[in-house]
Amino acid sequence: MADSLAELTAVEQLRLLNAGQTTSVALTTACLDRIAATDQRVGAFLRTTPERALAQAADIDRRRAAGDAVGALGGVPVAVKDVLCDEGQLTTCASKMLADFRPPYDATVVERLKQADAVLVGRTNMDEFAMGGSTENSAFQKTRNPWDLERSPGGSSGGAAACVAAGQTALSIGTDTGGSIRQPAALCGVVGLKPTYGRVSRYGLVAFASSLDQVGPLGRTVSDVALLYDAIAGHDPHDTTSAKAAAEPTLPQVNEPLKGLRVGVVPEHFAAGLSESVRQAVERAIDSYRQAGAQIVEVALPHARHAVATYYVIAPCEASSNLARYDGVHYGRRTDPAAMHARLAAERKSAAEANDATAARQIDTALVRLYRQSRSEALGPEVQRRIMLGAYALSAGYYDAYYLKALKVRRLIRQDFDAAFEQVDVIAGPVTASPAFKLGELIDDPLAMYLVDLYTVSANLAGLPAISLPCGLSPDGLPIGLHLMAPPLKESRLLRAARMFEASRDPLPLPRLD
Amino acid sequence: MALQRSDVQRVALLARLEPTPDQIDRLATELAAIVEYVDSLAEVDTDGVEPLVHAIEQTNVLRPDVAVASLSRDAALANAPVHNGVGFRVPAVLGD
Repeated sequence: MADSLAELTAVEQLRLLNAGQTTSVALTTACLDRIAATDQRVGAFLRTTPERALAQAADIDRRRAAGDAVGALGGVPVAVKDVLCDEGQLTTCASKMLADFRPPYDATVVERLKQADAVLVGRTNMDEFAMGGSTENSAFQKTRNPWDLERSPGGSSGGAAACVAAGQTALSIGTDTGGSIRQPAALCGVVGLKPTYGRVSRYGLVAFASSLDQVGPLGRTVSDVALLYDAIAGHDPHDTTSAKAAAEPTLPQVNEPLKGLRVGVVPEHFAAGLSESVRQAVERAIDSYRQAGAQIVEVALPHARHAVATYYVIAPCEASSNLARYDGVHYGRRTDPAAMHARLAAERKSAAEANDATAARQIDTALVRLYRQSRSEALGPEVQRRIMLGAYALSAGYYDAYYLKALKVRRLIRQDFDAAFEQVDVIAGPVTASPAFKLGELIDDPLAMYLVDLYTVSANLAGLPAISLPCGLSPDGLPIGLHLMAPPLKESRLLRAARMFEASRDPLPLPRLD
Repeated sequence: MALQRSDVQRVALLARLEPTPDQIDRLATELAAIVEYVDSLAEVDTDGVEPLVHAIEQTNVLRPDVAVASLSRDAALANAPVHNGVGFRVPAVLGD
């Protein structure tokens, strides 16, 4: 028995709730206590909402006791990354720009969580606007890896992965644009699923790169991730990119092994650059599929080596366009207008005194200066870097060379996968080249940080479902992730394949936080 | 390819950002390294390849032309830094 109800899996929590052996109030209290006891060190949560969570839990308990229907998550606490709109509640994207933003409506995922009777305990930290791979780009706080507090939990869903790893909640919601669920899941030793593009509604998800963003679940077991995925997946008329195909529940079949499974392996995934500990752990995992009767097939993804370059054109282009909405006018932070007007007046005066007509012409109008100053004050360095990169790639003379070219390479990457999935059912490989890096290690080298996404971005470019699950510990005791990808809409197959491996080994213990 | 300070300044205006002189220098170096990296895409043969904009290529997603409830004006203005109850307030646009 775990020390705290909070440390149980969600499936187990739900079983106790349905059996009347615990209440949602008790469970929610246990999670809030665990967060209070550990989050000083981990920093997974930007804020918790205890009163609201306990009121929600009490209502669910009342309905269950009265024999009324309760939702599929019937009173299980869930943490949500601070990037999904929750009506009337702070939704900051870990940005000063949105420090006070309270959305006027619910994201579809948040609405579905509420309908499923998930208890919303709080909001997790992230890289600002989900841009980053270490959660160090949060404007508000650092999040630490529960396995080693000197190390990063990964990112951008670093808080989402850390809170599950620390046993604060069994379930959390993250988002993944280039690996932002799977990479932190790998580095924190938890399971993280990026569903097929279009499988989970993006309505009310604060946009980063709209053709790549996808919402998904994190948990400590494949079954928990299946449970949460089932609650949020499915068509949404509010999202024009939402997939029409029905999302069949995955949890009922997740324990059924796949007969005759063909596992694809890409030789380039094991080339130079992959650390020895990760290589060994992933090879052992592939070997355990072989022992379970799966056929291991080498497949080629010839354009995969261009995936990071393709991604770092497309994602910043879309980001520069999406983030144009933060203008200091409609919502979000505005610069101090009096100081701004005073500065403009001084600039004009000095140009006039110098009789410099060119300089005078180049001075911004007040409205343009308001935009520029508001954005520069309220957006962090990585967000500004990506906006600049996107604006550059989309600017006159470069559009064909960068954006259009990247979209064409993107199709080639997708075609490689289509061909590979003619031969195999899933593709297995590493999630990251090495286990968790130290806080501060990569933050001053943007390109090195981008290359962390090497193994994960292809799934976003091609729109594929992909999962990260623990496959061992490094000699330093740091978790290592196994990456599995499947064809579009094959989440059920992906989860069953992941469960086959998970069932073949002992679960990771919870990291010690004392 | 190297990025000049003037390139950074031009893009900063397009992006409605206002980097300080120090930031302009740093952005020129950082963006140049990233641009050099993504320049590797030039070596991929993409002749005759159609661009892939979205992983799910759906078109013409329509709904019945029926009016549905939308945000009230008050709700839409609630997060505005400055508003006058009916619209968003900005500095004078004309005659500035």
